[in-house]
Amino acid sequence: MDPLSSIAIASIVTAGITTGIGVIAPSLGEGRAVAAALNSIAQQPDASSNISRTLFVGLAMIESSGIYCFVISMILIFANPFWNHFISG
Amino acid sequence: MNITPDQIVYLRYGPFTLNATILMTWLVMAVLVLASWLITRNMKPDAPVTGKQGMLEMVVLMINGQIEELGLKKPAHYISLIGTLFLFILISNLSVVFPGYRPPTGSLSTTAALAICVFLAVPVYNIASIGLKKYLKSYAKPNPVMIPFNIIGEVSRTLSLSFRLFGNIMSGEMIASILLTLTPFFFPVVMNLFGILTGTIQAYIFAVLAAVYIAAAGTSSSNNQDF
Repeated sequence: MDPLSSIAIASIVTAGITTGIGVIAPSLGEGRAVAAALNSIAQQPDASSNISRTLFVGLAMIESSGIYCFVISMILIFANPFWNHFISG
Repeated sequence: MNITPDQIVYLRYGPFTLNATILMTWLVMAVLVLASWLITRNMKPDAPVTGKQGMLEMVVLMINGQIEELGLKKPAHYISLIGTLFLFILISNLSVVFPGYRPPTGSLSTTAALAICVFLAVPVYNIASIGLKKYLKSYAKPNPVMIPFNIIGEVSRTLSLSFRLFGNIMSGEMIASILLTLTPFFFPVVMNLFGILTGTIQAYIFAVLAAVYIAAAGTSSSNNQDF
């Protein structure tokens, strides 16, 4: 097999696995965070604005680890450095 | 499909290239500056507040209040950096509603530049407020063994700041364009609406994190003095 097609196979498979596995943990974490926030809003509706503000910041920070995985798979598919190296070389 | 707007090149002159990122950044800057200049040019101390001026004052007061809540005592000091970051990212994310526009924050160059601004602003503000000696001491805070880890943390949070904004905006664009080829009519609109929400939250988070990073280096030493 020539290097281009093996790089293509490796990149595509790895991109799928990266997003597929990398999204599991952030989504579990976000679910726990939202559940806790809903519980506390139900107990203390007065503090809901404060809680939801903190919740959004926290969610975005949890989400960023999933986003990193997504960025890596996007780089593997659309801007693969090894692929470009072999095409030019 | 382009992963960043850096790859859309309009003009090339010698070593300089005019790509979509630079053009859109300057457009957003021009909109912000022009709008502020138009609203504030006829301001008089005793004239009644017009609607537009009231809107601008609301924005500034809101940012001031948020900065104060995060533990920075003199918000007027910090609003020039944090408020500018917030407004720039907000306007560049929200302008995706205009057709033909590519958000400059969807390019890693822009977000890295913004994150480096925050990276440099932390020592600048803290040396100005607590002095060079105390600031350097804050690196050896729990004990001197932690110095290399504190430095690594400083660099890695800059990286994560830039990657978070880039990833969120780029993924929004990417998902919309992938959906456009699969289910062309309805779902891209929904995902674009979701992208507007994400863009607003990301602008808020970038500004909040910048404020938190600036506050964290300063307050840890002053807390230790109090107790």
